[in-house]
Amino acid sequence: MPESYPREIIEDLVDDNLEWSELHNMMSDFKDADRFKKVRDVLQDRVDWDDPIVIPYADHLYVVAKSEDRWVIKCDCGHEFCEHDENWKHDALINVRDTEQEYLEIYPEDMHPHPDYMELREYFCPGCKTLLEVTNVMPGYPIIHEFEPDIETFYGDWIDEPIPTPDTQSA
Amino acid sequence: MNQTDQNEADGRRRDIAYEKDVVRKNRRQNRGIGWNGKTLREQLAELEDKTEATDRYAGISELSLKAEDPIRYEQLYSRLRADLVSARETSKEVSATPIVEQEGELCYGLFTPEGDSIAVSTGIIVHIHTMSEAIKFMINHDYEESPKIEPGDIFVNNDPHVGDVHPCDLMTLIPIFHEGELVAWAGGVNHVIDTGAVAPGSMSVSQASRFGDGAYYTARKIGEDLELYNSWKKEYPAKTRTPSFLKLDERTRITGCLMIRNSVKGMISRIGVETFKQLSREAIEDSRRGFRSRIQKTMLPGTYRGASFVDALYEGQGNVTRDYADENHIMHAPSELHIRSDGSFQVSFEGANKWGWHPYNCTPAAIQGGIWVMLTQTVLPNELVNDGAYYACDFHLPVGSWANTQNTETAHAYAWHFLVSAWAPLWQHLSRGYYARGFWEEINAGNANTSNWLQGGGIDQFDKLHAVNSFEAACEGVGARYVEDGEPHAAAIWNPEGDMGDIEAWERVEPLPFLGRTVKPNTGGAGRRAGGAGFESMRTVKDVSRWLLYEMGNGYMSSDGGLFGGYPAASGYILNAQDTDLEERFENGEDYPQSDLDPESGDFESKIDGEVTRRPEGISTPKEFDDYDMYLNYLRGGSGLGDPMEREPEKVVEDIHDGYVLPRHAKDAYAVVVEKVDDEAKHNSAVQGEWELDEAATERLRQERMRERAENAQPVSEWCEEQRDRIRSGKDLIDDVKKTYESSMRMSEPFSEFFRDFWDLSEDFSFELSEQAQRSLNNRFDTGCRPMWDNHTRRHKTWLDVEDEPYVPYTWTSRSIQDLPDPASTFAGGRSGYSDP
Repeated sequence: MPESYPREIIEDLVDDNLEWSELHNMMSDFKDADRFKKVRDVLQDRVDWDDPIVIPYADHLYVVAKSEDRWVIKCDCGHEFCEHDENWKHDALINVRDTEQEYLEIYPEDMHPHPDYMELREYFCPGCKTLLEVTNVMPGYPIIHEFEPDIETFYGDWIDEPIPTPDTQSA
Repeated sequence: MNQTDQNEADGRRRDIAYEKDVVRKNRRQNRGIGWNGKTLREQLAELEDKTEATDRYAGISELSLKAEDPIRYEQLYSRLRADLVSARETSKEVSATPIVEQEGELCYGLFTPEGDSIAVSTGIIVHIHTMSEAIKFMINHDYEESPKIEPGDIFVNNDPHVGDVHPCDLMTLIPIFHEGELVAWAGGVNHVIDTGAVAPGSMSVSQASRFGDGAYYTARKIGEDLELYNSWKKEYPAKTRTPSFLKLDERTRITGCLMIRNSVKGMISRIGVETFKQLSREAIEDSRRGFRSRIQKTMLPGTYRGASFVDALYEGQGNVTRDYADENHIMHAPSELHIRSDGSFQVSFEGANKWGWHPYNCTPAAIQGGIWVMLTQTVLPNELVNDGAYYACDFHLPVGSWANTQNTETAHAYAWHFLVSAWAPLWQHLSRGYYARGFWEEINAGNANTSNWLQGGGIDQFDKLHAVNSFEAACEGVGARYVEDGEPHAAAIWNPEGDMGDIEAWERVEPLPFLGRTVKPNTGGAGRRAGGAGFESMRTVKDVSRWLLYEMGNGYMSSDGGLFGGYPAASGYILNAQDTDLEERFENGEDYPQSDLDPESGDFESKIDGEVTRRPEGISTPKEFDDYDMYLNYLRGGSGLGDPMEREPEKVVEDIHDGYVLPRHAKDAYAVVVEKVDDEAKHNSAVQGEWELDEAATERLRQERMRERAENAQPVSEWCEEQRDRIRSGKDLIDDVKKTYESSMRMSEPFSEFFRDFWDLSEDFSFELSEQAQRSLNNRFDTGCRPMWDNHTRRHKTWLDVEDEPYVPYTWTSRSIQDLPDPASTFAGGRSGYSDP
């Protein structure tokens, strides 16, 4: 049971290079206390921009620090969406699958939702056009804001570290 | 019985007689069966007082047993846990149903006298908490006075309003005494084949109310001196179509409970009763702390939201028991999770719509048990699983919603249909937390809608009244992980040890021979990581009369969503064939359908003559089937994760050969160009042919798709404007959808405000409904409450809007994290300021 994984292992996790047996062991083991920091640091090395990552927010998305108290959601392509506690989807591109024909591109006949009952909302990054989220909802459902992280509590109370700022990053 | 067993039975009888004598002497001296002469109800009240006052289970501040000798503590706990697992593994061989013997739809728990689980076996551990509620129901309704709780007593329960998910899960509870004190309860539960509902099978679908659900046994004493009453032995077999199977199931549960009783008595004789009591209490507090600690170590504080839906369509179907139930239903499950600074974990379903005249309603015990089983498999991946996790969480279940009907008229036979669908967002809440913390190996997109349920019955191949309930549904595709594809045909969320079962075992108890069983393509959701594929079995019917079959599952909606750009799993459909020429085909050695790999191919229809029914719905009411008719049992896949265009093209070729993806969907769903190079090649699947990847064409196609995305997609702000007009006019929304919104808005003022604010609607906005939909809503809203419990426990604050229900913030409006109040959960409320997990 590692207290802490070597950086190379975390790099392999981030880069999708771990074998199944290694992943399985990782699942079974007690959780390493410094994982957050290690993953954040590896991700910081992988992105092409300098804003310090505050948290990984979702696949391809990060909360980054623009100043001491301003954090925004940013894609790894560099596109910046919104403040960290706003819904990034409002700044995304959307395509809605709500016809039989559009469903048949993904599912065989009879194996997809009925367009009158459910639509698939595909949200793309305006920068790189990556498909960031697909939500399946009743037509007319408000856009769901899935995650509002409490960054201050996390850094202040849970891991007892200062929140990264552009200054600490450049230092 | 051999001499050893006889001696053991005699010893048990002597022990029971002795214990009973002590209990009765105590009673004559006005001493209860609780500890130190308290009544059980006094003991539960005291435990609740201490727990609420200190924010720690039973007021335990120090885990002294664990602190003094941690190795011994672990050994003792492991002993209990091992004995529970052993009881399950041994006793399941007593049962004759593949449901128990093959699928392991059985579990055991050891409980404190107050009904809190200390340790659990493997299996369908959702019931650990439902049994807990059943015990508390008996305590709070003065069972100690009548019918009395004494050594050797046997109790049964299957009432969801007391403590169960649905009535086909029968539980047996046995109190364990030591020197006149109740020291523990042993409990076992299994899923039976038939409950005597209006339709054959364990989870009838056509009843409007609980009066069609089958027999309810509400926390009843059914035996004493470890012998069943003759009245019970005569009663319940007559209330089921499968009496022999239910008798053996009951012997299974009693066997396991007696093994657990032996284990506890043995442990007490070795370590003393006080240490056992201490262990019981500490294990729960240890687990509660472990849950909080794990949340703080693996999640991110904040608010998580999601919504799931599932359909239950009855309009126009025959065989519903009431005309007013001839309507369509949609379940709406808004799911909001608050994780606070102290690791408290609060789940709210505010905005859920009204219960309905269908058997998919839930009781709080079902929801809490269901969420508990999910949390204990994810947040607590070790053996210290007990009600400590339950004490670490809060649940807000709106009274009168499908999630908490508080009405003993509502039907619950397949509560799982809504329950499984409703917890889909919870997986994603946890996965978003794991992502943010870097624990990517734990991320899971979701699970399958655990269906189809093949059920029915009639006169079987042995000329007997019989019912069937295929549990192939215990084996579904699993949602994609962040680090791997989802497991194909693996398990069901309610039974981590589930399996599809041997064909031969099913054929022994069902007059429904298998014509084929194959992986079903395109059932798992598309994604960078694909959802695990489901599978399908093609069944026929043989040597039956007046035989009914029906289907149960999602059809018009996908209940589990994809994550991070992955797509939801496929939804269900129905395929039957009647009046077929299958017999002639057998006699002539001709081809016949063994699968329905691609519903569009016409392959099935080309191999059978008859009346073929294909319907995109998931639920059917019972229909009569005759010999050589056919029935497709399609078990669902899991949802996908990540942008499908990021899936390695070579993997898509493997998907085709493995039978997970139809070749045409390589291009459509994944933008991967493949070419068939061999018609004859066979793979380890039903797929025939060999495909090769065209790398250059794939690269070109993927670039083209990215351009198409840019061209076809529109800014969300633009789209929202269009949608706002759509909502305002309500013109192209169907009645079923509008009825669902209206139902949620009538149920919940916060949801109503959110919906109106989001779409900038007037304060008095409401959808215009058809007369039938309006009547249906009025009918249910006017029905009111008929609660089951007279005396609630403190933890039931969310069950019936009791006055001090903890404050549950509603935060669906944006940027609400700043507005979150201080922690105000029922357990770790701010009163004591205790925040150490």
